[in-house]
Amino acid sequence: MEELDIRLMKGNEAMAEAAIQAKCDAYFGYPITPQSEVLEYLSREMPGRYGIPLQAESEVASINMVYGAAGAGKRVMTSSSSPGFSLMMEGISYIASAQLPCLLVNVNRGGPGLGTIQPSQGDYFQATKGGGHGDYHLIVLAPNSVQEMADFVFLGFELADKYRNPVCMLSDGAIGQMMERVVFKKREVPAIKKDWATTGKTKDRERNIITSLFIQPEKMEQVNLSLNKKYEEISKNEVRYEEIFTDDAEYLIVAYGLSSRISHKTVILAREKGIKLGLLRPITLYPYPYKRLNELANKLKGILTLELNAGQMIEDVKLSVEGKVPVWHYGRMGGIIPSPEEVLENFEKLAKIK
Amino acid sequence: MTEEIIIAGFGGQGVLSMGQTLGYAAMVENKNVTWMPSYGPEMRGGTANCITIVSEETISSPILSRFDTAIILNQPSMEKFESKVKPGGLIVYESTNIIHASERTDIDVCAIPASDAANKLNNIKVANMVMLGAYLAKRSIVKLDSIIEALKKVLPERYHNTLPLNREALEKGKELMESLSVKA
Amino acid sequence: MLTGEKDCIIEDGEVYELVYEKPLTTLTGTRMHYCPGCGHSTAHKVLAEVIEELGIQEQTIGVAPVGCSVFAYDYLNIDMQEAAHGRATAVATGIKRVLPDKYVFTYQGDGDLAAIGTAETIHSINRGENIMIIFINNAVYGMTSGQMAPTTLVGMKSTTSPYGRDADFAGMPIKVSELIAPLKGAFYVTRHSVHTPGNVRKLKKAITNGFKYQQLKKGVTFIEVISNCPSNWKMTPVKSNEFIEKEMLPYYPLGDIKLPSKEDLAGLK
Ligand SMILES: Cc1ncc(C[n+]2csc(CCOP(=O)(O)OP(=O)(O)O)c2C)c(N)n1
Repeated sequence: MEELDIRLMKGNEAMAEAAIQAKCDAYFGYPITPQSEVLEYLSREMPGRYGIPLQAESEVASINMVYGAAGAGKRVMTSSSSPGFSLMMEGISYIASAQLPCLLVNVNRGGPGLGTIQPSQGDYFQATKGGGHGDYHLIVLAPNSVQEMADFVFLGFELADKYRNPVCMLSDGAIGQMMERVVFKKREVPAIKKDWATTGKTKDRERNIITSLFIQPEKMEQVNLSLNKKYEEISKNEVRYEEIFTDDAEYLIVAYGLSSRISHKTVILAREKGIKLGLLRPITLYPYPYKRLNELANKLKGILTLELNAGQMIEDVKLSVEGKVPVWHYGRMGGIIPSPEEVLENFEKLAKIK
Repeated sequence: MTEEIIIAGFGGQGVLSMGQTLGYAAMVENKNVTWMPSYGPEMRGGTANCITIVSEETISSPILSRFDTAIILNQPSMEKFESKVKPGGLIVYESTNIIHASERTDIDVCAIPASDAANKLNNIKVANMVMLGAYLAKRSIVKLDSIIEALKKVLPERYHNTLPLNREALEKGKELMESLSVKA
Repeated sequence: MLTGEKDCIIEDGEVYELVYEKPLTTLTGTRMHYCPGCGHSTAHKVLAEVIEELGIQEQTIGVAPVGCSVFAYDYLNIDMQEAAHGRATAVATGIKRVLPDKYVFTYQGDGDLAAIGTAETIHSINRGENIMIIFINNAVYGMTSGQMAPTTLVGMKSTTSPYGRDADFAGMPIKVSELIAPLKGAFYVTRHSVHTPGNVRKLKKAITNGFKYQQLKKGVTFIEVISNCPSNWKMTPVKSNEFIEKEMLPYYPLGDIKLPSKEDLAGLK
């Protein structure tokens, strides 16, 4: 029997370890709480194992280093937290336009502004609705455990390469800082041919250009159309979600990341009281599980979104259910995390169950 | 079996590492574990706490407001967490530092003079292990051997010579708890 | 010996001679959050003293950075703005351009000023903004717990240079003062430290000059302060001051790097 590699790690460390095992050729990053462990771990572990960990002078530099290295055909990533991720937005837009595969991690903290270093989900809109300028989408993965912080590094790189599209892992300060058991399976990392990369023009091929400039409107529109086609393809193939107790559910909580963990407990508490509550956890925030939610809405009395923000994902839930059922939001902000009991209490109030 | 624990005290009392050690031990025994620290810039001198959950099942919320057990190392944490223990639950508190203990009668409240005991072992730093040993005497969620196994992971190599001392501290805690139970 | 009623204070029935008093009006009195022995608190206090002694509290606007000194506005009892990480001199430019007769300063760490804010630093100096930049060089990212800074010494360990800074990989530590001094917009460039009382007095003189020279509208006054970070250097405060003397100062020598000429200073009140 193959011996399993089981460890107890912080989410940030698990992500970093996974990057090495996924043969990430280079990591570029700038310190920011609550995810500085990533650069620290890689500075310690990459030398002698695999990959280059470079501390950039800023997040602006990090993201443009990612652009360069991804354009050179290598597997690369960066990570940051909210203010730093905001700084990367211009670069991310360029990367999306130039269709460069890479992994971008945001360990979300409370904002706006310098805000707080405590966990938040205030960057949902930024991650899923653009953030940077122009018509583009990131594939957005939302881990809710330390195990997924590791697993989604592999998945993220895979999807990035498959679609030549940047992938964002949207985590938060709690998932980044907490420790859980994590299992690393032995995985083969397939070599991917990137014949579009700037590796030096050989005689047998045309030169390769990495650019996001398409100055003629006709050309730009063609690029927009082909990007859109790709996004449609992604929406068709890559929607991921998890359902808990949805079979007989009369009510549903929709929540991702840390909120989905809290909601899971809320669901258990509700069931103990005889309330038929279920949970749908979007794993991909883009593409979003619109279709599944729409189906579920047919038999539900109401849906609650739990988000650590003022109500962002609720817009996607409302889009999904097309007015078939009432949709409520409950959330805390500023780094405050509601307890499962608090969520249940507020759900009961909103659903007028009490 | 699911045990939801809050461990709280001042930064520097070994609060976070106590939870981590327990977590590693649970992992050694193939159980699920979630360890959630309070984190912030107030690293030195401020209050620190961590929620540690050990379970044979999937662990849902890593953040809780009610606990099976509170292991408490300073007075402010006693005030903050005593009401958060579920009826039938357990408080183990450091009675060298804490003057006003919980007066709840619906839970088990155990006073462990861990600092005294650690001082007698000539190393105040193992007070947290005395507390952990005491706790495990009440709730044997992991074996003492697994804790030692865990310490090998938590402690850097150069501190491995302190393993016997840590074991002593754990056993002292167990002893203190057992002597309480006899009295009661 | 007690010299007279004016210089005495009575506390708990005891009479004490007053030998030193904190600046009363320019410090808020809020207890500083800095770790024991940290140079930031000394630098804050000196800055507050100068503002008080020059009597310019009402004419001064400060800009706080992102770094350990992000809360400078809690301690200095003057109008202040808190800038995004690295952008303090751009914010200061904005303030000074619309309030040209006020005294404007930034207070920034090495990560803030010389990593993420390098562009703003260079360009605000190149434009000769009439501001004072106080640059706290502690060779580490303090607030985020000890990562490598652009000023971290070669061989020095940090959480992101766990094997010591390797100049071939991470580059040499930047000597910011020497780098910016040649720019025409730099009017006064000087390097000081807070590790001994004598050096603190010299720093105070430099900050006084830094404010006064703003009246001339001849460019940036740039005051580098070699400081310590006992917590992240993992040293006692005393050891950290020895480290400054033995390791920091040979690489970052103290003294004036660019002084205004006599003619430059003509007309100074
Ligand atoms: C855009 C952005 N990136 C990163 C950070 C995180 N951060 C806060 S302070 C700091 C560095 C502080 O170091 P330094 O400027 O040397 O000041 P010190 O704390 O040592 O005084 C960093 C990287 C941030 N707040 N914003």
